[in-house]
Amino acid sequence: MSAPSTLAAAWLVARKDLAIEFRTRTAFMSAAVFAVLGIVIFYFAWDSTAVSAIDLAPGVLWVIFTFSGLLGLQRSFAVEQVDRAMDGLLISPVDREAIYLGKAIANFLFVGGIQVLAIPAVALFYNLPFERSLLVLFGIALLAALGLVAVGTLFSAMAVNTRMAELLLPMLSLPFFVPVVMAAAESTARLLAGRPIAEAWPWLRILLAFDLVFIVACTLAFPFTLEE
Amino acid sequence: MTAALEASALSKSFGQRRAVDGIDLALGAGECLALFGPNGAGKTTLLRLFAGLLRPTGGHAYVQGVSLRDEPRTRERVGLISHQSMLYTALTARENLEFAARLYGLPDAGAAAMRALEAMRIADRAGMPVRALSRGLQQRVSIARAIVHDPAVVLLDEPYTGLDEVGARALTTQLRTLRARGAALVLVTHNVAEGLALATHAAIMTDGRFARFEQRDVFDATQYLADYRELVNVGA
Amino acid sequence: MTASPAGEGSTPRPVFDWLIWLALAAVAGAYIRAIFFTPPEALQGYAQKIYYIHVSAALNAYLAFGVVFVASIVHLWLGDVRADRLAEASAEVGLLFTTVVLTTGPMWARPIWGTWWTWDARLTATLFLWFLYASYLVLRGAIDDPHMRARYSAVTGIMGAILIPFIHLSVYLFRTLHPMPILLKPSAPSMPGDMVETFLIAWVAFTLLCIALLRARYRYGELKERAAMLEAGR
Repeated sequence: MSAPSTLAAAWLVARKDLAIEFRTRTAFMSAAVFAVLGIVIFYFAWDSTAVSAIDLAPGVLWVIFTFSGLLGLQRSFAVEQVDRAMDGLLISPVDREAIYLGKAIANFLFVGGIQVLAIPAVALFYNLPFERSLLVLFGIALLAALGLVAVGTLFSAMAVNTRMAELLLPMLSLPFFVPVVMAAAESTARLLAGRPIAEAWPWLRILLAFDLVFIVACTLAFPFTLEE
Repeated sequence: MTAALEASALSKSFGQRRAVDGIDLALGAGECLALFGPNGAGKTTLLRLFAGLLRPTGGHAYVQGVSLRDEPRTRERVGLISHQSMLYTALTARENLEFAARLYGLPDAGAAAMRALEAMRIADRAGMPVRALSRGLQQRVSIARAIVHDPAVVLLDEPYTGLDEVGARALTTQLRTLRARGAALVLVTHNVAEGLALATHAAIMTDGRFARFEQRDVFDATQYLADYRELVNVGA
Repeated sequence: MTASPAGEGSTPRPVFDWLIWLALAAVAGAYIRAIFFTPPEALQGYAQKIYYIHVSAALNAYLAFGVVFVASIVHLWLGDVRADRLAEASAEVGLLFTTVVLTTGPMWARPIWGTWWTWDARLTATLFLWFLYASYLVLRGAIDDPHMRARYSAVTGIMGAILIPFIHLSVYLFRTLHPMPILLKPSAPSMPGDMVETFLIAWVAFTLLCIALLRARYRYGELKERAAMLEAGR
């Protein structure tokens, strides 16, 4: 008997989380419905004679993305809280970092799943010329989701142990999502305006740097959030 | 021969408060310590130190001669049964057990899971989600989870609470089997008679220390109960 | 534990915090000089006087947040409660100075830019900074267990410091209206000597105020913890 490697253990944790999500489906369904609902509501608050769809859509997309992502993050450590399942992970021989990575992988797939629904929904409702840039857009979504999840998973682990967890998670995470949302929205806007990719490059660079820095920093910081 | 579970000057402080204050202990293979004490005496903290959930502020805990502090992975040889079930209620009993078995790197997680569930006589409900099980049955699954990896040290925090007769008997049988295989047990309970029935050693903990610690065969159970009551009342 | 000279049973005396008074006097002095003895700026007129408080407060806000960062690292590293107390005090003082920046800014912007608020890069970045440390303090308030609070706050304090460059980078990619730094730019400062001198005096005065507030807040934290301990019944 030998304890699984960090990555194998992370995958175990992630798969377990996805199994729970698949079994209950509550969080994903509500986040998906929330996302589409948000997109629709934005449409009715929109004066199409003043602002063109191409100008509005990136903002809508990334704001919705952030808030529906928070719904998933909220639930992430709540399942560990009930009956102290977290203790079960902590007494097992897997590394603390593996627990964080596993949680982050599950959250990433959750947020990614919402994206796969939200991006076509925005394209459909706002009549956007996405066909030629869909691949690049999913690339941006991937980078944005990575950064969002890296930070959100860490704060989710902390917020769940505080009073007013539901309020604290958005409060703590939103300032961190600012560069992510700004970079994603700006590069999406360039993309939709048919500008060359090179123009979005400075923004994509920020996104890449953010992902890299915060994945490393949050992985290292996570063990400190545990009682020892 | 190295002890299965050993503590030397083991301490844990939370700020100014010393929850565990210099505990020394050695339990050989197959031995069982019954640990009594009033609420807040530090029993649960002690168990959490032995499980590797808390890092001691002083001293060491050793499992089969290896320090938990220096080699955190040693905690894989420990099983913990606590007040909380540590189960995912949305998953089935079997899924919970298989997940635990995989965390411990067992070669055949499915078989190990079913073995543990059978031992706790809950195998017939293996496919049911844990949330659909009664509290007592959940407790059995939780116990199965704690012993799925055949630990060398088993820590039990009030394990009999909520168990029906079948469950209690299954637990007692399991504890005997584990001991026969060389596991050391620490059993925390408020029920003195129940604790003494299994124990080879007994200890009373107050304010983070052992107020009494002796072998089971040197004292009389009725007298011990009377002494315990007095000690706890005086301490309170 | 920290050494506290007052043992049990000693009667508390009202403390005269000389440093606060010294700092306030210094700030007042700096302002008297700024208003009466420094010539007004040719284009901006008297509105420019706000520069001395605005920039000094901004520099000290960064100083305070820097202290939060370092104290957070020290706390996670050594587990020292004093580092946590310092981080808490420093975050509050930093938030105060950020508030000063955010209120003096619009007061200056109204006559000069003709608007109270614009989504200019520096302004936006400062606003996010304010939100960041406001949520840091909310987090502190939402945790009862002092050890957990210290650990969580330290993690958040470190993450916040890492975030600041990203906020700056991203807001600067937007076009900026803000006057560019004129004092700290690599070439010689392009401000008349008089004003530079006044600014430096104001800056020193505000730094003194920052340290004085930090000290007072730190002591308050210490007393609060002692009171909590006494209340816990020991």
